[in-house]
Amino acid sequence: MSHAILTATASDLGRRIAARELTAVEVARAFLDQIERTNAEVNSFLHVDTEGALAQAAAVDARLDAGEALGPLAGVPVAVKDLFCQEGVPTTASSRILEGWRPPYSSTIVQRLLDAGLVLLGKTNLDEFAMGSSTETSAFGPTHNPWDLTRVPGGSGGGSAAALAAFQAPLAIGTDTGGSIRQPASVTGTVGVKPTYGAASRYGVIAMASSLDQPGPCARTVLDAALLHEVMCGHDPMDSTSIDAPVPPVVDAARSGDISGLRVGVVKELGGEGYEPGVEQRFREALALLEGAGAEIVEVSCPNFAYGLGAYYLIMPSEVSSNLARYDGMRYGLRVGDDGVRGTEEVMATTRAVGFGDEVKRRIILGTYALSSGYYDAFYGSAQKVRTLISRDFDAAFEQADVLVSPSTPFTAFGIGEKLSDPLAMYKSDLCTIPTNMAGNTAGSFPCGLSPDDGLPVGVQVMAPPLADDRVYRFGAALERLYAERDGGLLTDRIAERWTQEA
Amino acid sequence: MDELMDYDDAMAAYDPVLGMEVHVELNTASKMFCGCDNSPGGEPNTKTCPVCLGLPGSLPVVNGKAVESAIRIGLALNCQVAPWCRFARKNYFYPDMTKNFQTSQYDEPICFDGHLNLEVDGRTYRIEIERVHMEEDAGKLTHAGSTGRIHGAEYSLVDYNRAGTPLMEIVTKPIRGLGEHAPAVGRAYMAHLRELMRALDVSDARMEAGNMRCDANVSLMPKGSDELGTRTETKNVNSLRSVEGALRYEIQRQGAILAGGGRVHQETRHWHEEGWTSPGRSKEEAEDYRYFPEPDLVPVAPSRAWVEELRATLPEPPAQRRARLQEAWGFTDLEMRDVVGNEGSLDLIAATVAAGATPAAARKWWLGELSRRANEAGVDLSGLGVTPAQVADVQALVDAGTVNDKLARQVFDGVLAGEGSPAEVVEGRGLAVVSDDGALGAAVDAAIAANPDVAQKIRDGKVQAAGALIGQVMKAMRGKADAARVRAILLEKLA
Amino acid sequence: MALSTADVARLAELARIDLSPHDLERLAPQLDVILDAVASVSEVAGADVPPTSHALPLTNVFRADLVRPSLPAEAVLGGAPAVEDERFRVPRILGEEQ
Ligand SMILES: [Mg+2]
Ligand SMILES: [Zn+2]
Repeated sequence: MSHAILTATASDLGRRIAARELTAVEVARAFLDQIERTNAEVNSFLHVDTEGALAQAAAVDARLDAGEALGPLAGVPVAVKDLFCQEGVPTTASSRILEGWRPPYSSTIVQRLLDAGLVLLGKTNLDEFAMGSSTETSAFGPTHNPWDLTRVPGGSGGGSAAALAAFQAPLAIGTDTGGSIRQPASVTGTVGVKPTYGAASRYGVIAMASSLDQPGPCARTVLDAALLHEVMCGHDPMDSTSIDAPVPPVVDAARSGDISGLRVGVVKELGGEGYEPGVEQRFREALALLEGAGAEIVEVSCPNFAYGLGAYYLIMPSEVSSNLARYDGMRYGLRVGDDGVRGTEEVMATTRAVGFGDEVKRRIILGTYALSSGYYDAFYGSAQKVRTLISRDFDAAFEQADVLVSPSTPFTAFGIGEKLSDPLAMYKSDLCTIPTNMAGNTAGSFPCGLSPDDGLPVGVQVMAPPLADDRVYRFGAALERLYAERDGGLLTDRIAERWTQEA
Repeated sequence: MDELMDYDDAMAAYDPVLGMEVHVELNTASKMFCGCDNSPGGEPNTKTCPVCLGLPGSLPVVNGKAVESAIRIGLALNCQVAPWCRFARKNYFYPDMTKNFQTSQYDEPICFDGHLNLEVDGRTYRIEIERVHMEEDAGKLTHAGSTGRIHGAEYSLVDYNRAGTPLMEIVTKPIRGLGEHAPAVGRAYMAHLRELMRALDVSDARMEAGNMRCDANVSLMPKGSDELGTRTETKNVNSLRSVEGALRYEIQRQGAILAGGGRVHQETRHWHEEGWTSPGRSKEEAEDYRYFPEPDLVPVAPSRAWVEELRATLPEPPAQRRARLQEAWGFTDLEMRDVVGNEGSLDLIAATVAAGATPAAARKWWLGELSRRANEAGVDLSGLGVTPAQVADVQALVDAGTVNDKLARQVFDGVLAGEGSPAEVVEGRGLAVVSDDGALGAAVDAAIAANPDVAQKIRDGKVQAAGALIGQVMKAMRGKADAARVRAILLEKLA
Repeated sequence: MALSTADVARLAELARIDLSPHDLERLAPQLDVILDAVASVSEVAGADVPPTSHALPLTNVFRADLVRPSLPAEAVLGGAPAVEDERFRVPRILGEEQ
């Protein structure tokens, strides 16, 4: 019974809870037990809110028993990346500097999840302040990839992706600044979507780089992601950059999956040197399947994508250096060195030296440099111009194609510790995902099999124009169905037995 | 102590150049970027939320009314309004700031290139405005320890109620050609801005409350030279008198340095109310603020239509208003000069007239009794704690014969002591004039009985002797008698 | 371009991070490698390319001037490292006000 709950889709669980075949409390219990059983191996959850989750589940049951009609995900558990503020629940951004902090308010998205009757299981691990592509920079230890525990689950949202792959939650939420939803989805064989910038509110989401950050849904199926997308997205007056327009019909798109006549543009620049052969092979197979289903494959060129990584590593650290200035030990979080003799300046500097990890320090200093007088034009200013060029590349490419595709990441999950001492090598994880953040459009990553090189998941990335989030889901749903027809199920089904046999 | 050059000598050798940077706190209902109550005061840290506390994850949203006020200020200063501009982050660490950056504007101010004409002692000066930009205020620090000042404090305490208050920064271009009048023009500029802010109803503009704060820049040019000298910036000069004093002091201090062959250091300076400035941060230590466009706020792009709509809401220019009021009130030029020369009194008199007093009575109270009290207390008239409505009430009590002028002063004592409205003070202190003939008659009888000799003189026709007996009655009634009535009763009884 | 340990020390000071000489020796070359890799962006775009600061072309997003409830004082001060008299207590301040 428990096993069946753990492997069920979110939409299925929601339907059965609404039909009162299952109670929200028993569903929550099943996942809380699963977390308890498996978290020592995976380290995907930093905090499990057992009491809160059960109370939320009981409240949903009571409302449903009273005949109230709730949304399709009412009673369905969700894992929350520990970057979202949730009132009274520890929120750390995986940093020592916020250890023990309990926000006095909730992010808009957390509130929306609660309002829609979702049950919040707890907070998932991430790279410190979302800075990384492996979840190894977390101050609370790395998360392990459920496909191979010696490998990373991607990052920064590795905790959320691993929670899905280890069947600890049917749904999770993440944030994507340079690929932090899509790259973990890719290397864990799950689904992750970065909505159009401004589609999902950033209010209450601990900022990394404000002009790039975007929350989004993570799930094991495309429909589940779409259902979650619909709950998360929509205008929020608390976020000035929030789009005041209806959410595109993502659920309809995920149910349809009709791609006949869809023009699929393969981005020439996102492939070749630096891409693993197994990744490229699976990517080409995906294209062939799509073509067989009626999609039209074309090649497009986005020459300025080549500068995306460089521009990203100027804009992002610049915004980071400013966004993270508030962590100074004065109002909340860690304070180190306040001995009555040291002045404020010194206590701030000591606190930040002790409270931040290496990657965070690197980016803060890099950003401080890029913004400093005399260098602004060459660095930050130039990077913003590259941003314009990347947007123009997208505009031109979307003239030729309805969606653009690439591998989600050039390589499959690498070994824990493998790239930690080589920041540049690590940064290349996000080569394919960064252009979308720079332009503010939408993209998703969907599983396309296991790499013949190492037997680890490979993902296809699909990119669509701003506000065309439904195209991402239409494409993802088509792909999911084609693989199900070919392989008889979801990619994660292949590790379901391993993670749920004891349940 | 600094060496100072004689002011006249300094003026003979140098031309001062001023630059004024004025911060004005807006009187909007809510803060610049969040919905917290923007009114002053309150228990510490009770007017704060995730946004103005800079909590992780919080985001700003611009108060539309503050933008409107910024544009109106700019238009009143004859500025251009930017068709498109952004907020920027000014990055530096200081514990009165919750985010360790100030959300401000940098190279794209909302208003720029304006001017105003100042009349000082019959001469008109044109002041060029460089920019008006929007930003937010910081929290308030209290320093614990022996002196209560920042230096020598053992630690400090922070109240963030003021953090996020909308702040407009108004910056002039270098002001030249003022000669010996420079300090007076600086002062008049502040007085003008204060009047304007109130007329626009965008700020309470009370300098003593910190609603309006001035950073005064001065440099000296040797006479005949066209090259700007090194300037100093005296920070947070918070009264009109101080503006004038600080400018004068810096002119004399810089004059002494230059005359002695020295170099003026580019630095910030602090004004001390005792009448001198001390050095602060030097230019070499100046922070690198690492400005960049605020990514959490979208650009502001005021449409032409909106700007014109706001232009139509501008109040009458102050000079025009003064002329109109003088006419309406029937004041002589001399009377009006006294009013204009007594800062803040124009608005207070206007409000008192609006509350029902005659212009003459309103003028009499504000320029007489109340000015005297304000001077004694060392505050501006508006900071005295008496409202125009209360002054009108007091005058109404006088007109009704309930109190006389002397008792009216005691009524003000009571109002200032927080004893309530003028009528309540009269009631509470028992100040009403006794006009009950019975009570007065008994007091007169007592005075006659106690002074039979004087009474006889009056009976004999020496009416001028009545004063002594009236004085006795007044004393017996502790001043609360209507002296004219007492005289009438006395003469009647001794007729 | 070469970023010296002295440069990094100055940046760390601006960023208020206390780095030991050992940290500086370690970080400087890492930052240098990264900077080298990203410096190419300064050569890509010409003067005619406008910079993009915001992902979407939104303008004029304003809030009505209405007062909303603030946080309760316990919630404001609850997470503070040190509190006195309902205020945040901070170590003595040596630097200048801005
Ligand atoms: Mg300023
Ligand atoms: Zn607030």
